Amino acid sequence: MSFERIKEKLNILADAAKYDVSCSSSGSKRTNTDNKLGDSSGMGICHSYTEDGRCVSLLKILMTNYCIFDCAYCVTRKSNDIKRAAFKIQEVVDLTINFYRRNYIEGLFLSSGIFKSPDYTMERLIAVAKKLRTEENFNGYIHLKSIPGASDELMWEAGLYADRLSVNIEVPTISGLKLLAPEKKHDDFTRPMLKVKNEIVRHKEEKKVIKSTPKYAPAGQSTQMIIGATGESDKDIMYSATHYYKNYNMKRVYYSGYVPVADDSRLPPIGSQVPMLRENRLYQTDWLLRFYGFGVGEILNKEHPNLDIDVDPKLSWALRNLHLFPVDINMADKAMLARVPGIGMKSVHKIVNARRFRKLNWNHLKNIGIALNRAKYFILCDSSHWEHRDWEAAKIKGRILQNSTGKFRKEYSSQLSLFN
Amino acid sequence: MENAKTLIYDGSFNGFLTAIFVAFEERAQIADIQKNRSGQNGLFSETETVFTNIEKAKRVWNGIQKKNHNAVKKIYFAYLSETRGVELLLYRYIRKLFANFSTYSDFSDGIVLKISQLAKSVGREKHRMEAFVRFQLTQDEIYFANIEPDFDVLPLISKHFRSRYADQQWLIYDVKRDYGIFYDLERVEIVSLDLNEIYSNSIHQSDRLLVDEHNYQDLWNNYFKSTTIRSRINRKLHTQHVPKRYWKYLSEKREAV
Repeated sequence: MSFERIKEKLNILADAAKYDVSCSSSGSKRTNTDNKLGDSSGMGICHSYTEDGRCVSLLKILMTNYCIFDCAYCVTRKSNDIKRAAFKIQEVVDLTINFYRRNYIEGLFLSSGIFKSPDYTMERLIAVAKKLRTEENFNGYIHLKSIPGASDELMWEAGLYADRLSVNIEVPTISGLKLLAPEKKHDDFTRPMLKVKNEIVRHKEEKKVIKSTPKYAPAGQSTQMIIGATGESDKDIMYSATHYYKNYNMKRVYYSGYVPVADDSRLPPIGSQVPMLRENRLYQTDWLLRFYGFGVGEILNKEHPNLDIDVDPKLSWALRNLHLFPVDINMADKAMLARVPGIGMKSVHKIVNARRFRKLNWNHLKNIGIALNRAKYFILCDSSHWEHRDWEAAKIKGRILQNSTGKFRKEYSSQLSLFN
Repeated sequence: MENAKTLIYDGSFNGFLTAIFVAFEERAQIADIQKNRSGQNGLFSETETVFTNIEKAKRVWNGIQKKNHNAVKKIYFAYLSETRGVELLLYRYIRKLFANFSTYSDFSDGIVLKISQLAKSVGREKHRMEAFVRFQLTQDEIYFANIEPDFDVLPLISKHFRSRYADQQWLIYDVKRDYGIFYDLERVEIVSLDLNEIYSNSIHQSDRLLVDEHNYQDLWNNYFKSTTIRSRINRKLHTQHVPKRYWKYLSEKREAV
């Protein structure tokens, strides 16, 4: 093959795929037996990180960036004047195998612009995955993008070869979708999701009875939404995410701060800043919902439709609920410990273990790795020294901000000085 | 007062476990446990050379394992950190464990916490090596990689690469400690080589590698560049994830070295 031509295609089709945030390569069980190639029985591995700091774990490319649709938020949209290219099926297979053998990647993330029709496109994605599994005996990770509008039969087949399937919902609200992608229907996204969800459930049931039932999308499905392209609130976004977690058994919802790629009056202008801090706060919220036992309504509601930018969502919640504090480190249950700002799940575990041996004091907590600069206003421990002095929320917040050196501090410091 | 003893062992993990056995058996005051090379004897302590005894080592190993599987892993990981004084620290840790096995999770204890942190650092390095090994295909069809990890993690990553690359011959060589692990399609063996060339990822094609090798490195290097989003560049985060000391072995960073 001609490496020069492949290089050119790879540049175009990797560049076009880079706005997809998902890089997960974990959660699948595909153990290497009979000395074949690859193994995805463990946790995922980030093999490198881009200069913007994101994990590189899969060869993330488009099959082609030709597209019949004209969605305003997408670089690959029909009306955009860019170089177009398309991979042959064998080319993607060769790239994946050769990158994998050199330990560059955990596997393949394959998406595509929609050419001819959704089904035609989906068939080609499946062909790559099938070849990797059946001809190359490849046990690495495969994430296939489900093409909106693809038929149920193809979604069924895709799940036989892929570890994960995903359809990007792109715009968090239906009205936003109408505005930015008038040719696509909400139903085009949700129908393949529903099919995949039902198949996963069905395969799990069958597996209980018939052991030889083939794997079906063992790492589940995920979706992604663009943040800050339309005027939705954080509440809209997180309620939408919760909907997908609940009703489609999503493994992950990803939030992607909109990178202006088009001059379009419906969108933020080119050159406007990517809302990275907002994106970060949404991920933190997502985490609180999935692992810390918070309900979405506790964090975002009518009174608080948007997340605080200057403090993280857990701290923000605690400041609004001071009546629940202070929490006694040596007495409180796990659920309540997990709600203390500055205490993560690993610290909760360590606290619960350690306090069986002795009452914990400030020094123990510091050594365990708790962020005392935040936590100290919300806890009691085995010490006469007491930081919780019935201060008002604003006062606590002020003191925490004063003593913190958060990674985004400089971005909001000018705002703060207005109110000082 | 009886003088405290310093035990000298041969530098192997089994040697270390034997030393632990001896320390328990003699109920002696232990001043230190040292590798025979590092010999820094205390002024007033007497030394005793311990000869590695697999049976004794096994008894210590099984003794810990029987009580707590996780503790055994922590001890091995912490040992591989090669931190100065780790042997004595581990001796104290093991003594604590034998006195009360639930001590294992007492993170309010200084020694337990320290061992736990050392094990964690080694675990992180293990994970990084699983990520940052870059195989280069040599003329004789062996996927070859040089590494220079902070800790001695080759024994820990062997299984990972064995199960992942079961159908290709590969060799990972630790330049710093001068030994490697080689998989010949059947088993993994420890090897030591006379390396006259360190295989960092140079821009120039080496004649020991296949031509295609250079092409694939080039493709990967290009892929890495085109997948970066310019408007989101965050070099601090980048170097936090990919520390500079690893760069010379990464084909995607070869221009940056």
